[in-house]
Amino acid sequence: MSQNGHKVIGTRPIRHDGVDKVTGRAIYGADIQLTGLLYGAIKRSPHPHARIKSIDTSRAEAHPGVRAVVTAHDLPQIADKLADLGEAIVNLRDASNNVLAYGKVLYKGHAVAGVAAVNLHVAQEAVELIDVEYEPLPHVTGVLEAMEDGAPILHEDMKTTSMGEETDKVSNIANHFQHKMGEPDDGFAEADVVVEREFTTQTVHQGYIETHNATALWNEEGQLTIWTSTQGAFSVRDQMSEILQMPISKVKIVPLEIGGGFGGKISVYLDPVAALLSKKTGHPVKMTMTRDEVFEGTGPTPGSYLKVKMGATNDGRLTAATAYMAYEAGAYPGSPVGAGAGCIFTPYDIPNVQIDGYDVCVNKPKTNAYRAPGATNAAFATETVVDEISEKLGVDPLEFRVKNGAKEGTRRADGPVHPVIGCIETTEAALNCEHYRSSLDKTANGKVRGRGVASGYWFNFNGGRSAISVSINPDGTINMLEGSTDIGGSRASIAMQLAETIGLEATDIKPYVVDTDSIGYTDVTGGSRTTFGTGYAAHATGQALIREMKERASKLWDVPADAIDFADGVFSYRDDAEKRGTFKELASQAGDAGGPVVAQVSTNPDGSGGGAFATHVVDVEVDRETGKVDILRYTAVQDAGTAIHPSYVEGQMQGGVVQGIGWGLNEEYIYNDAGSMTNASFLDYRMPTTLDLPMIETIIVEVPNESHPYGVRGVGEVPIVPPPAALANAIYDATGVRLRDLPMSPPRVQQALAENGG
Amino acid sequence: MSKKVHVQTNINGEAVDFLCEPRNSLLEVLRDELDLTGAKEGCNNGNCGACNVVMDGRLVNSCCVLGVEADGCEITTIEGIGAAANLHPLQQKFLEHAALQCGICTPGFIVSAKALLDSNPNPSEDEVRYWLAGNLCRCTGYDKIVRAVLDARNGA
Ligand code: FES
Ligand code: FES
Repeated sequence: MSQNGHKVIGTRPIRHDGVDKVTGRAIYGADIQLTGLLYGAIKRSPHPHARIKSIDTSRAEAHPGVRAVVTAHDLPQIADKLADLGEAIVNLRDASNNVLAYGKVLYKGHAVAGVAAVNLHVAQEAVELIDVEYEPLPHVTGVLEAMEDGAPILHEDMKTTSMGEETDKVSNIANHFQHKMGEPDDGFAEADVVVEREFTTQTVHQGYIETHNATALWNEEGQLTIWTSTQGAFSVRDQMSEILQMPISKVKIVPLEIGGGFGGKISVYLDPVAALLSKKTGHPVKMTMTRDEVFEGTGPTPGSYLKVKMGATNDGRLTAATAYMAYEAGAYPGSPVGAGAGCIFTPYDIPNVQIDGYDVCVNKPKTNAYRAPGATNAAFATETVVDEISEKLGVDPLEFRVKNGAKEGTRRADGPVHPVIGCIETTEAALNCEHYRSSLDKTANGKVRGRGVASGYWFNFNGGRSAISVSINPDGTINMLEGSTDIGGSRASIAMQLAETIGLEATDIKPYVVDTDSIGYTDVTGGSRTTFGTGYAAHATGQALIREMKERASKLWDVPADAIDFADGVFSYRDDAEKRGTFKELASQAGDAGGPVVAQVSTNPDGSGGGAFATHVVDVEVDRETGKVDILRYTAVQDAGTAIHPSYVEGQMQGGVVQGIGWGLNEEYIYNDAGSMTNASFLDYRMPTTLDLPMIETIIVEVPNESHPYGVRGVGEVPIVPPPAALANAIYDATGVRLRDLPMSPPRVQQALAENGG
Repeated sequence: MSKKVHVQTNINGEAVDFLCEPRNSLLEVLRDELDLTGAKEGCNNGNCGACNVVMDGRLVNSCCVLGVEADGCEITTIEGIGAAANLHPLQQKFLEHAALQCGICTPGFIVSAKALLDSNPNPSEDEVRYWLAGNLCRCTGYDKIVRAVLDARNGA
């Protein structure tokens, strides 16, 4: 038995889908084979910004083996309409134009046409035979340049919305919003120490190892089936129905195993094109992206410019903070600047705050969610300024964070008031951990060493809609159908909550992720919601099964149902100790008393309770000559509410940390003057490897979430938030030089050290 | 379309013949012709290791080998390393250590790690990290993968 009296929660069973995945049997999106399958490929723009004057597909169509070619003219042109895709609100007209460019291309890599052929090579040959005539236009790829008057304009009809009102101004600034609380000017007047700094971050990609894929079959009855890897099968169904203007009942999405997403596999790219090609050819059409297409044609997370100012009194109290946040949306509006603004000062209790956010279009791929979208950019700024203030005040940076930490009742600048959260508990655990208390030699092997800390916050999105459908087998095992695609062990974490509720073992539950015709609407696997939201539904399903089993026992035992108790996995009749049975014992007889036992439950909890907080500690070694930063030791501390399967909670923490390390030290889209990304491969876009890292130590703090029956908080996203700032603070501790531009790659570090004599 | 070539191989202990175009990679042949989809495509240019197989005792990126080059070769793919009833110790340790999240990189890691243990049954953590640096995983941060491999050593 684990802690808190739980039998299953807190244990580490082998995940249900594990054997299939270690033996290579699991079927991922690109693994599907269908009779009569054709293969598709996409023609993409070589220009970052251009008007499409004409597209001539005749040479491609005449190429032997080619079966069909489609362009934006095959897509219904749809009106402006906003839709919530789970992690972002998108305009469906933009979504359609992003799938196949209409009129203009807005970034290099923008899709302009699709081809279906007998095999992939023939399709790729045909792509080269599509003749597109462009009128190149001036382009802009940097956020500040794009905001200037006179910058090349991406959308001639887009007027800036400012503070909720549409203005007359046509510019690349889609939206400017402001959150204000208290009087920042008064707060800064009270402060003894004020620090104001500017920061930049570059475009980075989620970097999932599986590239995007979609296989479509449009049958004779006009019924469309799509097999794909997605974080949200129902979200794909919604998008398909809107982009193709077809009834939702005509679309079925079959989610196959998914090889990573991190927010990047919610929007559709290939799916509508594959559908059109299937409609034209009458055959199933499979499309997969190459790696460079993933970099150049799918949504990364934005580059940004931030200016953050914070003030504190000599006794160590934060009095005011302001932030100016400009995020690149990419080709269409909708950067995560709003989410970033909700997180930027949230680990702190600050009375006077003003946040100005700008959502800015640039000639880069439309950005997409990436693990705590918007929060990492924000924390890089705040957490570096907090470090500087702590230093000026001569206080330990974690003690400063504890003293100013947010707690139940603290109001966020964007409005909400925190319920029970584990912000201070997490920081205290970091303060007291062995790593933070250990000593660090400041020089070794001719290199310098330093330690840094940083915190982070992510508000787990609303619990969201989840459905579960179960049937009980006579041997007492349970088939559990769910709509949440399993991206990192959620079959296990959800099955464990059902098992806990009804007193079974995790292995007694057989979880299946099923298609959109077979289960109720389920929101995306994203926003740190799955183990929370679908776990919430699993608990409710367990309750429903207990009620149903009491009814069955009442018939079998001929006693009133309300006199039957359920405790410790056993049903028992209050007045006769003989009349008792475990869930499994009853399951073998229950079918005789009213037919097979089944239950269907759907939930949409009211909010997700308090969000997730993390504090990280890192030791680095800096080579002054080369500018290379090595990580000596890393500890991540995080409040998980209740850790359902601690191994997968640790795994989320470790994975998030390492993505944050990549973002902090190496990863960036490098653009040339022509507006082209010059490093669109895994060789040149440098993600961390085994050799770049030590083990990642984890400390799970458990401050149960009041809004979940088992106290679960989302854990997936917040671990990516602190690393870049923690690394910058560690590099400062080692070298005496503060870096405020990401990534802190060897050339940047070398240059910063040279400029600052560090 | 160019003429197909007849290729004779031994895959996972069985004689296998196939036809392929000279431009088809071994990865394409395995996945699209032979239904061996355990090898995954993450980059198609030798940078992620998701497609790794062992060819005549050497670990290779199957995306960087042509199908025709496999003529006369012995190939081991993830499908030949172990099945549910007889998991290889590495597969068992990956499960026990929760060394996979999405799992797309897992076949490549297990093939690579097996090649390491076959040549060096008792590698140090540094040796494991050095050997596996050609395999990318974006989910796990590698901690649990490295632990699983260390735990699968003969000497462990
Ligand atoms: S697919 Fe072969 S190395 Fe990436
Ligand atoms: S487990 Fe997802 S890439 Fe390794």
